[in-house]
Amino acid sequence: MNLLDLVLALPLIGFLVLLLVPRAAESAIRALALGFSLVIFAASLGLAFGYETIRPGQQFVTDIVWVVSPNIHYHVSLDGLSLWLVILTTLLTPICILISWKSIQSRGKEFFAFLLLLEFGLTGVFAAHDLFLFYVFWEVSLVPMYFLIGIWGHDRRIYAAVKFFLYTFAASVLMLTAIIYVYNRAHTFNYSDILAMLASGRLEFTSSQQMCLFLAFFVAFAVKVPIFPLHTWLPDAHVEAPTAGSVMLASVMLKMGTYGLARFCLPMFPAAARACAPWIVVLAIVGILYGALVAMVQPNMKKLVAYSSVSHLGFVVLGIFSFTQIGMDGAVYQMLNHGISTGALFVLVGYLYERRHSLVIADYGGVAAAAPWLSTVFMITMLASIGLPTLNNFVGEFLVLQGSAQANFTWTVFASIGVILSACYMLWLYQRVFYGETPDEVRHRIFDLKPREWAAILPLIAMMVWMGMYSQSFLPAVRKTTARILEQTQVNVPIRVQAPVAPAEVVAHAR
Amino acid sequence: MPVSMAPAGVEYIRFLPEIILIAAGTLLMVLDVILRKQSPHIYGHISILALGAAMAAAVYANSSPGPAFSGMLIADGFATFFLVLVTGVGILTVLSSYRFLQREGAAPGEYHALLLFSIVGQCVMVSASELIMIFIGLEISSIASYVLAGYLRDDKRANEAALKYFLLGSFATAFFLYGVAVVYGMTGSTYLAAIRTAMGDGPTASAPVFIGVALALMFVGLAFKVSGAPFQIWAPDVYQGAPTPVSAFLTTGPKAAAFAIFLRIFMTAFEPIARDWYPLVWASALLSMTIGNFAALTQSNIKRLLGYSSIAHAGYVLVALAARSHEGTAAVMFYLAAYAFMNIGAFAVVSHLSGKGERFLSVDDFAGLGVRQPGTAALLSIFLLSLIGVPLTGGFFGKFYIFKAALDSHLVWLTVLGLLNSAVAAYYYLRILVVMYMREPSEATAGLEPLSLGLRAALIIPAVGTLFLGIFPAWVLDFAGKSSVLVR
Repeated sequence: MNLLDLVLALPLIGFLVLLLVPRAAESAIRALALGFSLVIFAASLGLAFGYETIRPGQQFVTDIVWVVSPNIHYHVSLDGLSLWLVILTTLLTPICILISWKSIQSRGKEFFAFLLLLEFGLTGVFAAHDLFLFYVFWEVSLVPMYFLIGIWGHDRRIYAAVKFFLYTFAASVLMLTAIIYVYNRAHTFNYSDILAMLASGRLEFTSSQQMCLFLAFFVAFAVKVPIFPLHTWLPDAHVEAPTAGSVMLASVMLKMGTYGLARFCLPMFPAAARACAPWIVVLAIVGILYGALVAMVQPNMKKLVAYSSVSHLGFVVLGIFSFTQIGMDGAVYQMLNHGISTGALFVLVGYLYERRHSLVIADYGGVAAAAPWLSTVFMITMLASIGLPTLNNFVGEFLVLQGSAQANFTWTVFASIGVILSACYMLWLYQRVFYGETPDEVRHRIFDLKPREWAAILPLIAMMVWMGMYSQSFLPAVRKTTARILEQTQVNVPIRVQAPVAPAEVVAHAR
Repeated sequence: MPVSMAPAGVEYIRFLPEIILIAAGTLLMVLDVILRKQSPHIYGHISILALGAAMAAAVYANSSPGPAFSGMLIADGFATFFLVLVTGVGILTVLSSYRFLQREGAAPGEYHALLLFSIVGQCVMVSASELIMIFIGLEISSIASYVLAGYLRDDKRANEAALKYFLLGSFATAFFLYGVAVVYGMTGSTYLAAIRTAMGDGPTASAPVFIGVALALMFVGLAFKVSGAPFQIWAPDVYQGAPTPVSAFLTTGPKAAAFAIFLRIFMTAFEPIARDWYPLVWASALLSMTIGNFAALTQSNIKRLLGYSSIAHAGYVLVALAARSHEGTAAVMFYLAAYAFMNIGAFAVVSHLSGKGERFLSVDDFAGLGVRQPGTAALLSIFLLSLIGVPLTGGFFGKFYIFKAALDSHLVWLTVLGLLNSAVAAYYYLRILVVMYMREPSEATAGLEPLSLGLRAALIIPAVGTLFLGIFPAWVLDFAGKSSVLVR
């Protein structure tokens, strides 16, 4: 039992405790949920301090047999890829509880219980080092989010919730097939063992097998990211979800997809990944441009932010499939950045909605006069999201673009257009909402930030500045792991791609 | 087979579960005459006691495994597993029937006697190792079930259900019996082990047509009993029309027993020609899953929906059968146990909600259950998530083992199609969740009575079982794995 197990167990315990508290004790429920989430966050900070950056490989390992036959283990661990994502999850959960303090009027008990269950599932996804356990957490995280959207969402919540569940479930079922297939060949779900077997040649897939398996995993992850054209569930789910749901969805759940790509698709099926890379990159760039262009014409703020996510996640995919060290680092960093800045955007849009009860941009205007602090905070967040230097997104996007330029300069040219477009739609949004005439509704209803709201947004602002100014706090741990992933994709290629395709060609092609 | 004179004492022990149940069933019929309308709950209590005793006897019999009555019956791990399963299903059915019988004013005496007799039939089925014995068990079980399906005499739908079930059911058993006759003609034996030996060599190998005919006839009979496509047409009507606790029973108990003999016959007697019959099962599995799931998508009556879902689940189990391996056998056993829990639980909620005369059976009637009775709704959610196959529930591990066994036997396409099917299925189960949690309360949930004690037990036991199988699957799976080797 180490600290990671504690971080995993506490949300589940919190969930069960909340279920036992009587429904009437609403403020106790909220306080309990916040208390639990803060303790979990504190514990997860312990993970960051205890993590030894210089040591590559898995840390905080716990490996206990869960089921003997088939050989399933409760096997969790952290490395540079998962460490920050776990902390991102534990950081955002208390923030989500804070922003839901007043806005959740009915059935608060279930709401906060589901948030903790969601935290459990998400933390588990990033920590699991056993393929089966990974799948279990992957699906477990689906259920609370389904309820969060479906019960507490806006008007079209049911449609959005069902669409979200079915999209993800249908795609992940293919991944389950692939996982079982890999198990039947390798006789273990232990991810390190599988990679070791692949590296040593004890486990080999023919190139067509590898391609099928890669695609089965890829589709499951691509839906989650979402990669164009599998993104259509996202605008619905984001717009209809309650604010806390949107934040968790955008900031953490989307990362499950990109995390999966980097963690599983690349090291296990490197040849297939390289063969598909040009196509995937094209989809990523289409996603970047399409997301940005669609965001530009949205009349609904939340939808605008949702489409901007499609655009930003395209950068992450581009970085991963550039197969360069810098691109990969940038991709991982960009996952965290997007989690912080888009999470903050959703929080702020939620604040506006709580005041004005509208998400339509045209209903606003001149908010800067009515609520200067809110406008300032929104400004910082927006600039971070655009990628202004000294704020976090700049670092990530820069690294991704540099990495992709190393691989193929044309990609960078097209992807950079996305950066420009993001400035367009964000600034335009800001202009329409915060400047101009102040209508009466805005003047009367919109007031400035309250202490609770400050408490929720300040940590995110601080993170934006920190991550933008001093990325060295985070990147070294990431780099160790991404370097290892790249190594794995290099090592395996010559061993496993046999005669018909010359390995050198594949590598050159991907470059 | 050697014919011994009088059965030895240990053979009676191996037959003890059936003896207990027959005695209790007879007792109930006598009591019914003596007590008339007094103390209506006594029948349920006695049934539970008898079923519990039978379950204990089955476990005890497993400590001295072996054949009984000239090898017509056998006590082994496989039989024990299914004996515990069908008696357990019986107990849960009785628990969910207390309130139902009271509410509908139905006579409890005969009801419980019939239930016990039906379970006796299933017990005989699962422990038989000879075709005539299997047939007798099948008939005992079926005839009692036909009557149970039409137990609410004044209900038109129940009558239709019973009649349909009876006519088609007897037709199917006739098919089965023809199959038995042809097999006997070909091999000169009705003992499964002897048939297996004869299959491998001698005259049967030279007469593939007759064996094919026998196989097809028996397959038709058994596929009917497990509601496998294309012999599933009766299932939705019967499950919709029958009284709700009986529907819960029919979809789990008799079905599990039918799968047990399916396994015994196909994995023992016909095992040598597995390569020839597995395409049949393959096609039936795919058809059942697809028809069941797609038909369930458009249902508005909850019992009918669960009826179609039951066809789909039969399809999943057939996938494991098509794997024709010990692993597949173990997967069938595990899945049937998980399915029994989740389906009985789901039906118990339906029974609770439907109200007097089963008025509220539409999916929309579940609206607002999450607000009115959060506990009941939470339990139903567990069952539905398990039916979808979400991890940490028994249904997930069940599906996992089935498709793992299928992939092990290189049934890649069947696996992919089956899993995609389960994604389709998620839609209609989710619909119930949506209505339950995301809609305003309906007439049905507004006037809902509190859960009675029996129903509470009939909900909590399956819920605990479902979660137990989902979190600690190893116990049941290990036992199933060990017993699956015995089927040969």
